Amino acid sequence: MNETGYGIFAARMLPKDEPFVQGHRACQGCIPALMLRQITKAIGRDLIVCSATGCMEIISSPYPFNAWGVPWIHVAFENAAAVASGVEEGIEVLRRKGRFYTGRKPAVLALGGDGGTMDIGLQALSGALERGTDFVYVCYDNEAYMNTGIQRSSGTPMGASTSTSPAGRVSTGQVTWKKNLAEIGVAHNIPYVATACPSYPFDLMAKVKKAVEVKGPALLHVFAPCPTGWRCDANSGIKLGRLAVESGLFPLFEVVDGQHKISLDPATMRKSSQDPIGEIAGYLFQQGRFRHLKGRDELIQAIQERVRLEWQKLKAKTER
Amino acid sequence: MKNRIEVGKPVGIEVSIAQSEVVAQCDVDVIAAYPITPQTHIVEHLAEIVADGDLDAAFIPVESEHSAMSACVGSSAVGARTFTATCSQGLALMHEILYIASGLRLPIVMSCVNRALSAPINIWGDQSDIMAERDTGWVQIFTENGQEVVDQTICAFRIAEDRRVMLPVIVNLDGFSMSHVIEPIRFYDTKQVRGFVGVYQPPLRLDPAQPMMFGPVGIPEIYTEAKKANDVALIESRQVIEEVWAAFAREFGNAYRALETYRTDDAEYLLLTVGGMSETASVAIDALREQGVKVGQVKLRLWRPFPHDDLAALLGKARGVFVFDRCLSTAGPGGPVASEVKTSLYNLRERPLVVGFIGGLGGRDVTVQQFADMVHKGIGYVAAGAAPVYEMVGVRE
Amino acid sequence: MKTKLNPTWRELELGCTVVEAGTSAEYKTGDWRSFYPKTDEDKCIACGVCYLFCPDHSRHIAPRKKKVEGAMYTHYFDFNFQFCKGCGICAAECPTGAIVMIEEGKK
Repeated sequence: MNETGYGIFAARMLPKDEPFVQGHRACQGCIPALMLRQITKAIGRDLIVCSATGCMEIISSPYPFNAWGVPWIHVAFENAAAVASGVEEGIEVLRRKGRFYTGRKPAVLALGGDGGTMDIGLQALSGALERGTDFVYVCYDNEAYMNTGIQRSSGTPMGASTSTSPAGRVSTGQVTWKKNLAEIGVAHNIPYVATACPSYPFDLMAKVKKAVEVKGPALLHVFAPCPTGWRCDANSGIKLGRLAVESGLFPLFEVVDGQHKISLDPATMRKSSQDPIGEIAGYLFQQGRFRHLKGRDELIQAIQERVRLEWQKLKAKTER
Repeated sequence: MKNRIEVGKPVGIEVSIAQSEVVAQCDVDVIAAYPITPQTHIVEHLAEIVADGDLDAAFIPVESEHSAMSACVGSSAVGARTFTATCSQGLALMHEILYIASGLRLPIVMSCVNRALSAPINIWGDQSDIMAERDTGWVQIFTENGQEVVDQTICAFRIAEDRRVMLPVIVNLDGFSMSHVIEPIRFYDTKQVRGFVGVYQPPLRLDPAQPMMFGPVGIPEIYTEAKKANDVALIESRQVIEEVWAAFAREFGNAYRALETYRTDDAEYLLLTVGGMSETASVAIDALREQGVKVGQVKLRLWRPFPHDDLAALLGKARGVFVFDRCLSTAGPGGPVASEVKTSLYNLRERPLVVGFIGGLGGRDVTVQQFADMVHKGIGYVAAGAAPVYEMVGVRE
Repeated sequence: MKTKLNPTWRELELGCTVVEAGTSAEYKTGDWRSFYPKTDEDKCIACGVCYLFCPDHSRHIAPRKKKVEGAMYTHYFDFNFQFCKGCGICAAECPTGAIVMIEEGKK
């Protein structure tokens, strides 16, 4: 048994139960939907899900087609964490009074996209983290408001063309850097923060399990490619997740009780010492949203520099 | 739970404190609230009761009213008896979630300590806040003194949680002029109160043993039906409200009606008021009666479901109805209460002239004399056969 | 599915709640597909990567045994074409190149 909690990395050893059910209406090749499959497999059915408005909400709940095998509630866009606070505290008090939920306490999972988490839902998330709500918050980050038609969010990366940060004759797309959600979580001094990506399913599932087991708030920032919004092939989501992690664009790490630990060091995975720009370009140019950056080497260089800087910052935190 | 306050005879107590004491008597499980003047005393005192161990409840100190109502939706969806309090900007911030609480049929009880809306910012009483939430699908009850606040709060839990209703309820009281005033209030035995409200048993809840989906996407094929179901539930809640008030009268002595009347028997003119200023208006009615003016008073207690038929029956025979609103519907058809009263009467073959007065905005006092003046003016309009859309009371020209 | 597709307002559950779990399984997304995956059984080593990465879990574990080049493989992962949307992740991620995407209507 290694630290991921799984003895053997084999698909057939995973829980066979699928609490996230077939027939959901996610686009072809949707990685957030795959993430839900992996997360619910890891947690099982002793679970209550509080969903923010967003892709994963609408694709799983058009009346009367319920894609969930576990209890699920959607209230609004910006408040999944606040709803989860009410659910968790309600369960706790009913347990204490012996009125309901008297067996094992169900896990409470709040779900939001990058917009629902980093933009409109950030206040409610901060409140729930600060109050110590015993829940897991999962942000599935597909880097824009995909549900409403690919508008930019604070999770959209520098240079990406979206419908509200379009590349144009004088614009190179998004002009701001992606918000660092995990470190916002860390700043709340909560017991568990991690980044994950469905391209690394065993790592993701192990982190989800840890997040559930921890007493108090846990935050998971999941990098979840969206072929529709990223203007790439439907079959490329897993590959793009892998490239983002390997290039250092989206490092996988966890922070347990304030202690940073890198889950996967990209340096160990590179086959050759390629030109840094080449590394990022390999990721960027498989996606239509970055197509306009061809020939804009300065911007690509700046992105590469930023990746290196962020990686160094992260690395320094692990060495404290 | 022992009685924290002497029962059976009136005790002098601040109305906010009284309401929180009675909420504790109702054995709420979850309170999620955010502070806003003049609601603060209610939630502060509830926090104290929980902190002293006299109420076994979760007090969730949320970071906004939006999250307060969201947390209430969450706790109510797992079957916890849930209470919150707010007003004004806080209520406006909750606006979005109010529709969802009623749409999901969650029996949350909320105290709304009526206060003006910005701008300019104003922390004092009027009814602009609640009038903006008219169509949110909640049962909405008004009170005019501390005893009514206590009684209606008890009733609110039983109304909300009745299987035939399953809707959230707002109990309205005036900011400051009621919430911060010490009044003589009679409390009831805690055991008796708990017996009256019972233990909440939700028909549906978020339960892994029986997984359900709360809040699916209401596609066009289902949205109309969902709205119709909620509307019928709110209309039909009237029957249960009457039953609960009747049961309350039997159990605790005080009787309540959707429309309270004062000296209306032979009245040719009626003054219609809502909330705490009704008592001032009643004093004006007494003075006018002494002058021989045939005027009576109707006090609207139930704002939603709106008692259209009762109003038509009660007001239809009068020569003039003078409606006092503490809210302005800017450039609209007058005050919101006056508009609805006009709607209730419009289809009658013969109907009184309805005159709308607007005053008491943002904590501005309205005197007995001003209420008397409204009646005299109203009678003048009836004699002339026409009235302006509305008239503002006490404004400096 | 007991829940009606187009109920009257009286038939709706309280708060428009869907009291049945997993009803989406009655909505077959397979007809979205324009390409379908085909497995070369000779190349398949039953690793389950296709199962692991399928967003629509249109793979299910099908226990059967097969000997390939002296090694015994168990637990194959069969396609469920009722739900496969044809995204092609399985073909892209298959480590042995056993899965190819073929246009619907062709063999």
